[in-house]
Order: sequence, then structure tokens, then C-alpha cells
Amino acid sequence: MAQTNSVGQGSNGVADESPNMIVYRKMEDVIARMQDEKNGIPIRTVKSFLSKIPSVFSGSDIVQWMIKNLNIDDQVEALHLGTLMAAHGYFFPISDHVLTLKDDGTFYRFQTPYFWPSNCWEPENTDYAVYLCKRTMQNKARLELADYEAESLARLQRAFARKWEFIFMQAEAQAKVDKKRDKIERKILDSQERAFWDVHRPVPGCVNTTEVDIKKSSRMKNPHKTRKSVYGPQNDVRTHSPTHTPAPEAKPATEEELQDQITYWGGQLDRHRLKMSKVAESLLAYTEQYVEYDPFITPTDPSNPWISDDTTVWELEASKEPGQQRVKRWAFGINEVLKDQVGREQFLKFLESEFSSENLRFWLAVQEVKKRPIREVPTRVQEIWQEFLASGAPSAINVDSKSYDKTTQNVKDPGRYAFEDAQDHIFKLMKSDSYSRFIRSSAYQELLQAKKKKSKNLF
Amino acid sequence: MGEMEELRKEADNLKDQITEARKVVQDTTLQEAVAGTTLVGRVQLKTRKTLRGHLAKIYAMHWGTDTKLCVSASQDGKLIVWDTLTTNKVNAIPLKSSWVMTCAYAPSGNMVACGGLDNMCSIYNLKGKDGNVKVMRELAAHTGYLSCCRFLSDSEIITSSGDCTCILWDIETGTEKTIFAGHLGDCMSLAVSPDFKMFISGACDFTAKLWDIREATCRQTFSGHESDINAIGFFPNGNAVITGSDDATCKLYDLRADQELITYQDSGIMCGVTSLAPSLSGRLLLAGYDDFNVNIWDMLKAERVGVLAGHDNRVSCIGVSSDGMACCTGSWDSFLKIWN
Repeated sequence: MAQTNSVGQGSNGVADESPNMIVYRKMEDVIARMQDEKNGIPIRTVKSFLSKIPSVFSGSDIVQWMIKNLNIDDQVEALHLGTLMAAHGYFFPISDHVLTLKDDGTFYRFQTPYFWPSNCWEPENTDYAVYLCKRTMQNKARLELADYEAESLARLQRAFARKWEFIFMQAEAQAKVDKKRDKIERKILDSQERAFWDVHRPVPGCVNTTEVDIKKSSRMKNPHKTRKSVYGPQNDVRTHSPTHTPAPEAKPATEEELQDQITYWGGQLDRHRLKMSKVAESLLAYTEQYVEYDPFITPTDPSNPWISDDTTVWELEASKEPGQQRVKRWAFGINEVLKDQVGREQFLKFLESEFSSENLRFWLAVQEVKKRPIREVPTRVQEIWQEFLASGAPSAINVDSKSYDKTTQNVKDPGRYAFEDAQDHIFKLMKSDSYSRFIRSSAYQELLQAKKKKSKNLF
Repeated sequence: MGEMEELRKEADNLKDQITEARKVVQDTTLQEAVAGTTLVGRVQLKTRKTLRGHLAKIYAMHWGTDTKLCVSASQDGKLIVWDTLTTNKVNAIPLKSSWVMTCAYAPSGNMVACGGLDNMCSIYNLKGKDGNVKVMRELAAHTGYLSCCRFLSDSEIITSSGDCTCILWDIETGTEKTIFAGHLGDCMSLAVSPDFKMFISGACDFTAKLWDIREATCRQTFSGHESDINAIGFFPNGNAVITGSDDATCKLYDLRADQELITYQDSGIMCGVTSLAPSLSGRLLLAGYDDFNVNIWDMLKAERVGVLAGHDNRVSCIGVSSDGMACCTGSWDSFLKIWN
């Protein structure tokens, strides 16, 4: 059906916004609920020594709220989601550059919407330089640069040596404006600004959550939507900015595309559809049949080599002596026999004993030619034709006349799929005839019962 | 404009009819049908090995058929073939372009392939005469990035691309045999059916398509996702398709019922699915997410039965070995982990 356009997808496959936007919107929905006056997280001002810590809540508050209000069962899940939201910068620990959620009394604050990642920030290094420079101008212990920040500043000073005067001036101007702000407001804004840089210039070793998969970023066509300058004159931290940008309209389909769609869907309309009950039954039956062979559900015997460091199970698999469990699997369907090398050998051996191995040998030969390099294909096709299908063929197989005629034509201009129709026919024959006989044979039953072979050299 | 309106109406009408036709066979839902089945017990897999060696984000990995070897591709510009049991690097292949997005191991074990922003699929011969691994072929025809590639044999490979098409190549001649066009968005991922006759592709037009390799036609199209499909795979019996999307859900579509069976989602999961792999029996679905975790789902009951948390950045790729014994995850944190 036509693609839904909830995420700004043009019909020509070009994205109009950051691929992370879907996640940002979901997080912002949760943030909105967290900030709800009635049912959100209680935000308070905490008195400490000589000052106040404004607008905070604890890590435990967040965890408790999440368990109560979101479909989250336990603390581990809450911490995982909470850390993810912190790493994206939606709330942050006020005393740490590392953005994780801890289930304790650590204080957190909400980020201001201006700095939300959904605004497509891609701040330049010049801005980072202005920021770090500004920090050094403020004589507050809490604003001292961390080691990695000091290193970054040194690096930036070298890189921007020529325009450092300009950067310094901007930093000065910023610092002046900041000084004029209300003390409490400054505390909050400083922490929010720092958290913004913690997202875009993370502590070494921390994940940069703004990174985008190169497969997605190469599709983005609107680089002008990204905001690169944090400290330009027109940007004031306090102004609100739109966060939930409405998804752009998709491009309407062309006439040719519509015609193609009509032809395609017209053809699909009358296809046979199996009932859901049958489908469900078949899925259930399959999983039940194979569950004992699934090492993630049923412990393997002998042990899983990764757990016990014992590779016996693989040695047995490689040996020619198939274990009981492996032989049992051959009875699940003809494909199981055909895909197991030992199964194929046993099947072939059985058929040879009945002098009816030509069908299987033909099938195997055709499988093999499909993998050959194209230059070897014509010769092989001729050989297979001579052996199995030509008049007087030594291993003549019985194919319906329609497939025979088609194959005769194909062989004149031989490609990899020359025998496809004949092979399909032979496969159906084998499935209903030779395979069933094999499973019922005493040879198979013996293998299944794991009757031990009598050793010739007993003493 | 009137004609366009007519065409649009006709197309929408057909789609409505198909929705109705699909409803006709909905005599039950998968959830109802398995209501009597017990949920699979909690699955707890542990990291048994960590494969260290890449120096940048890992974008792709693929198991070889022999159950111990796998190949991984990283933005550090290397393809590494690992012996996952000993953690030794069997081969470390330097690439011309470091912007690699996918890699594949040939079923024979003789070759590996990779590709990415260079728009090409490069084939490497692992069993060269002098022991050196060299580029054997460079398959160039796509006009967009190479998102995924899978070998049919040593002679043929299928690729999917950001140019919205998939191509079947003859490796020896290095030419395109068949171009599969039809998607309206970048193709992100592909998977080959167990009988090698068909393959499925997932794309940024939010749909998955089933293609007949020989006939070169699109057999079926599945929709329902609300964002890019990043990952796709076959259910082990080849009768159903599993998709993973940026909309944070995975879906199971059945080929014979021609529709979605069930969606794997949880309101606590916000980040997109990057990769997926079913367990051997198909009862479990392991899916890698952008939130650094792998979630394990009971595929029939659509409930989470386990989490693999161990990576420090996005899980970009996942694979279950052919005997089902081990799961391998690759991440942007530059490590691969083996779990079971």
C-alpha cells in the first residue's frame, strides 16, 4: 500500500530530516509527560550550604516515575531508557559531564527545548572554542575546565590561531551578557549549555549520540535545516524554538508510476491466499519440530563448544557416522536429507541398491551446474543431457512431455537454468516416491535405531 | 489532472480490494492461534567471546557456513575473517574504500565480498594460490551505495543498493545478469531463500519485496512499517519473512497468506531495529537495536524473552551460525561478541 508519511519520506527515497528524528519525537513525548505539572516528576529547589540548587530532581525520582508511568517492569529497563534519554541530552546530571542515569540521589535537570537534538544542531568548532574560552573567563570553581576540555581548548587555540582574537571577543561578549542575568537563571542556563556540549563534544570514551548512520545521512537533502551556529547574534538561548516540526508532504506519484502500480496490484489481486489458521498451524508445527535442535532453547548434547570449550559436537557432525538425532531430522522432509552431506550419501546408497538412483543423481548434477562458472556451463549442460535425457541415455529419467520439450529447447542455448523445469518435476517425484521409500527402508530404520556396526577386528 | 485523479483512484481501489481479499483468509490471528502455547522460558545468553581488532565502527558481519568462521566489515577500512572459537584473525583485508557498509561470506568459504559508498561490490578470493587475499572482481553498475550483498554460489552474487535496485551478478564476467527494480526508496537489506530460488529486499519505501531470481519478477510486496526497513530475513522454513525497521518494530509476514502475521514491539523500545536473525527453530527472533541492545522475542507469542546488553554503542549487525549454536553481534563500539 502507499507508504505512510509520518516521518517525512519523499517518494523518491530522499529524507527531509535527520534519521534520528523518529526517536527524538518519542523521547520528547515522554519528556512532555515527565514535565507535566500534575503527573510529572516533582521539580524542586534544594538548599545546600550557602546557596540554592534550583530546578532539580533526583535519579531515583526519574526511575520511580518511569516504572509507574511507562510500560516498564524493572529498574534495569528504566535505567537503560533513562540513560539513553540522558545521552541524547534531554535531561542531565548537574555535576557530571558523563550523561547516564543513576538510581540514587544524584541531581538532574531538564534541558531547555532550544538545545534539544531535534533542532538538528551541528555546532561548529568555532562555537566550541567560544564556549570553552568563555568558561575560562568566569571565576567560579564549578565552571573550571575538566582535563579533556582543557586539552580541547589548547587544540582549538592552535587550530584557530589566526582568528583567535575574534573568538576571544565573542567569548567576552557572551560572558558580559551572562553576568547581567539573574543568579539563579544563570546557574540553570550554564548547566544546560554545558549539557548541550556534553552531547555534541562528549567526554572521550562516551558515545556521541548525534552520530548518524552513513547509509541514512547520504540521503539527507536539507543541510540548510541543520543549525550550525550556537552563538550567532540571532540566537538567544531563551527563545523557544519549534520542536515537533510537522512531517513534510510526500511527492505525488508520476503517471508512469501509477500505471506500474495498477498493473502490479491488478496481478496480485487474484493470487491464492492460504488461511491464517493453516499458516499459524504450520509455523507452530515447524517450531515444535525443530525446538529440540535449537541450541538457544534446548541444551545441546554433547555440549555447546562455546560454553564448554569442547568441540566434540562438531567432530561428530563432520564424521561419517551420523548420530540418532541427526538421522531423525532426515525424516522431517526431503530437504533435510538433501542438505545434509551424509544424508545425501545414505539416500544415494539406498537408491543405488534399488537401481533407481538416476533421479537423485540428475537432481544433484543440476544443483552443481548452477554453481559453475558460466564458461563451464554449456559443456556440463550437454553432459547432463547426454547422461539423463537424450534418447538412449544411460541413466534415463522420466520427465513429463511439457518439461521435456522445454528442456530440449533450453539445451540448444544452454544457461544455468536449462534444466529448471525438469528438475522441479524430478524433485516432486523424488519427494513423493523415492524419499518416502527411503524413510521406510530398513537401511534408514537401522541408522535411526543407531544399531552398532559389528567391528571386524574385534581382537 | 483528471486523468491522474482517475489513475490514483484506480490504484487505491485495487489496494483496497487486496486488503479485503487478505481479510477473507483471516479466520484467526497468529496470536489467537498460539494462545494455548506456553511462552518460551527466559532466554539468557552470555558473551562467550569478544572479538577485538577493529579500530572503528563495525557496520556488518556474516557467518560462513562452517559455523566457526565469520567476516566483519568496519569503517576502519578493513574486512576481518575471524575464527570465532579461538578469536584469531584468519585474514585482515585492507579495503580501498573505508566507507564499507556490508560484507558477505560465500557458502563455499572461498570468497568474501564487501561494498559501501564506493557503489561497488568487491569480491575477494580467500584461497588464492600464494596465500595472499586479493581483489578478484569489482562489480560496478549501481548508481548508489551498496547496502547489502549475498552470494548464491562462487559464481553469482546479489546486491542491494541506495539506487533503489537489486542486481544479480555473474562474478566471473563481472557483469549484471538481472536488475530487480521496483522499490521506491533505497534498498537497505536483502536475504536469500533457503532453496536459493528467491530473495527478499527491504527498503526505505517502507516495503519488503519478494523476488523470483530466475523469472526476474517481483512476486509479492509487503507493507505496514511506518519507516525505513533496515533488516530482513527469512523464517527458517522459507515460508515467512521477518523485517526490522526504524519505527522500532519487527514484523512477520507470511508468503502464502500474503500478509502480516504479527508485530514485535514494546512501548519501552524507542530506537530503530538495525539487524535481525532467527534462531535455528524459528521460535526465537534476535534483533539488534540503535539503543545498544539486542532484544530476543518469542516469535509466535510476540513477547520479549531476553535481552543481550553488552555493547557500548549501536548494535549494527547480528547473525546466528548455521547450526544455531552461536549468535554474533557487531557494534559501533568496534567489537564483535559471540553469545550463547
